[in-house]
Amino acid sequence: METTLQRIAACRPRCAAATALLLLLLTPPLAALASETEAHLDKAPVNLGDKASLQRGARIFVNYCLTCHSAAYMRYKRMEDLGLSEDQIKDNLMFASEKVGNTMTVAMGSDEAKKWFGAAPPDLSVIARARGADWLYTYLRSFYRDDSRPTGWNNTLFDKVAMPFVLYRQQGEQVLKKGSLGDAHGAKMLVLDKPGTMTEPEYDAMVGDLVNYLAYMGEPAQTTRVQVGVFVLLFLVLFLALTYQLKKEFWKDVH
Amino acid sequence: MSALTRLTGWVDQRFPLTSAWKAHVSEYYAPKNLNFWYFFGSLAMLVLVIQIVTGIFLTMNYKPDGALAFASVEYIMRDVNWGWLIRYMHSTGASMFFVVIYLHLMRGLLYGSYRKPRELVWIFGMFIYLALMAEAFMGYLLPWGQMSYWGAQVIISLFGAIPVIGNDLSLWIRGDYVVSDATLNRFFALHVIALPLVLLALVGAHLVALHQVGSNNPDGVEIKKHKDPRTGIPLDGIPFHPYYTVKDIMGAVAFLIVFFGIVFFYPTMGGWFLEDNNFIPSDALKTPMHIAPVWYFTPFYAILRAVPDKFLGVVAMGLSIAVFFLLPWLDRAKVKSIRYRGALYKAILALFVVSFLGLGYLGTQPPTEARTLAARIFAVIYFGFFVLMPLYTKLDRTKPEPERVTK
Repeated sequence: METTLQRIAACRPRCAAATALLLLLLTPPLAALASETEAHLDKAPVNLGDKASLQRGARIFVNYCLTCHSAAYMRYKRMEDLGLSEDQIKDNLMFASEKVGNTMTVAMGSDEAKKWFGAAPPDLSVIARARGADWLYTYLRSFYRDDSRPTGWNNTLFDKVAMPFVLYRQQGEQVLKKGSLGDAHGAKMLVLDKPGTMTEPEYDAMVGDLVNYLAYMGEPAQTTRVQVGVFVLLFLVLFLALTYQLKKEFWKDVH
Repeated sequence: MSALTRLTGWVDQRFPLTSAWKAHVSEYYAPKNLNFWYFFGSLAMLVLVIQIVTGIFLTMNYKPDGALAFASVEYIMRDVNWGWLIRYMHSTGASMFFVVIYLHLMRGLLYGSYRKPRELVWIFGMFIYLALMAEAFMGYLLPWGQMSYWGAQVIISLFGAIPVIGNDLSLWIRGDYVVSDATLNRFFALHVIALPLVLLALVGAHLVALHQVGSNNPDGVEIKKHKDPRTGIPLDGIPFHPYYTVKDIMGAVAFLIVFFGIVFFYPTMGGWFLEDNNFIPSDALKTPMHIAPVWYFTPFYAILRAVPDKFLGVVAMGLSIAVFFLLPWLDRAKVKSIRYRGALYKAILALFVVSFLGLGYLGTQPPTEARTLAARIFAVIYFGFFVLMPLYTKLDRTKPEPERVTK
C-alpha cells in the first residue's frame, strides 16, 4: 500500500499531465452519459410483512382482476403464505376453480378476449416484476373518461389502454384537466368528475393493498428468501473469519 | 505400511495420482507475492462449478419448448423446492462469471500476464471468454421472456449483415425465419451440452499451459530465473498447496458473501442481472421499445451501434473482441508489470478502462445523437489502445524491473 502511494507521489508532474489529457479526452463522452428523466410514478405502499393488507389485496384481486386476467403460475394453496387456512382460501377466494392445488386460470379464452378488448389481458402472475409496483399503483389510479376510446376509458400512464376501468364504482370517474396534456404527468393531470363509493384515501389504500398482493404474487418466495439469506450471510461471515485465521496461520512462515 | 499408503501405491502404478498432485498442487510453485487481483482465476473456476451444478438441477424441471419454457421457469421459482434459490444462483452466477472474468482480464492487463512465455495461456483464456459469451447468449434465450426473445432476434440478425451468405447463415442459426421453438431447442442443446464441454476442455488447456510456464506476479518478473541450486525450487516460489489453497478458500468465502448477498437480497440487481422486460413472456408480434443485451455484452454492442454501416458495425464488433488475441505481440514494453511502466502507458490504460465502461453504459441506453458521438469517441480510444500499442509501449519511459519479487 505504502509503496503504491510512494510510486504515485514520485511521478507527480507526469501523472498530472496524463490525468489532464485523460480528462480532456473524456469530457464530451462523459457529458453524454447524463440520463434523461422518466415518467413520474407514485410510490406504492408495498409491505410484504402486512398480512392483513395482503389478504385484502388477494380478495380484491380475485374479485376484480381474476375475471379477465389469469395468474396461471400461482396456485391458490400458495396463499397459505398470507396466513390463511386451506378452508379460508376455499370459502373466500375461490370462485373460478375447484381445487386449491390449481393455478389461478380464467375461463375466458384469449381469442375471445382479443375480439372484445382488442388485446388479450396479460397474465398477472409476474406483472409486478415486469412493470414494478410503483407503475401498477400509479396506473390503477390514472384512468379517466375518454369518449374517443372504444371502452370509454383512457389512462395517463398507459395511453390508449385496452383495459376498461373496472374500479370506477370505487374511485369514481376522473376526467382530464383542460390544457394539462404535455406538462405534468400522472394523477395530477386528473380531476374527479363523479365521485365513487370511496374517498381518495380509501381508494388509494385499496389499490395499495392490491398492488401489495401483486408484488407478493410476483415472487411468493421473497420473504423466505430474505429470511434464509440472513442466516446464510451470518454463517459466511463467521466462516470468513475462520478461513482468514487459517490463511494467517499458514502464511506466518512466508517472508 | 498403512492401508492408505498401500492403496495410493496400487493406484500410482496404474494412474499418475501422486505425480499429478505434486506437479499441479503440492509442488507447483507460485510466486509468493500474488495479490488481490490473483483471486479471480480460482473464483472463475468456482463460478463455473456453481453454474454447472445449478444448471444440472435446473434442467430437471426446465422445458425447452416455445409453449412451456416461460411457465417452466416460473414453476421452478414457485413449485420446485428451493427452485428459486437454484435459479437465482444460476442467473446471478451468469453475471458474476463476467464480473470475475473481466477482473481476471484486467489483472492480465495490469501485470502483463499475456506476455512471453504466457501467450498460449492468454489465447486459451480468450477462447474461454468467447465460449463463455456464446454460453451466456444461448442461456439468456432459455427463460423465453421478451428480452430473451428480442435480444436473440437482434443478435442473430447481425449475421444477416454479412455479404452473400448472411441471410442463409442467420436462417441456419435460427432454424426458422424468426426466433422460434426450433431456435430455443438448439440453443438449449448447445447451452447444456456443447458449450459446457468446450468450456471445460478450454479451462483444462488454460491450466495446463499455465502450469507449464508458471504464474506471473504483480512484479512481472520470472521467479524461475532464481532457483535454489540444491533443490531447484524458485527462491520466490511457494507451493500452491497449502499456501494458495488456504488463501483461495478465504477468497472464495469472501466472494460467496457478495454472491449470496445478491442471490438472497437483490437477485435482479435492479434490472441488471434479471431484466424487468424478461418477466413478460416472449411475443413474436410485439417488439419492445428498447432492446439491449445484458450488461456484459453492452461494450461490444455500443461499438456495433457506433458504426453507421451495419456490416462494418458487425466487423468492428468482431474486431473489438478479436484484437485481444493479438495483445502478446502488440505490447513492446521492456517490462511487464504496471508497477514499472511509465505515465504514458498508465494514462492510456486508464483511458481504455474508462472507454470500456463508458461503452458498456452506452450499450444499455437507447441511442441519441450525443450518445452516438460519445460511443464513437470511446470506440476510437478502445481501438487506439490496441492499434497504437506497439508505438506507445516503446515510447513509454519504463523503470528497471527488480531481479526478485518485492513484497
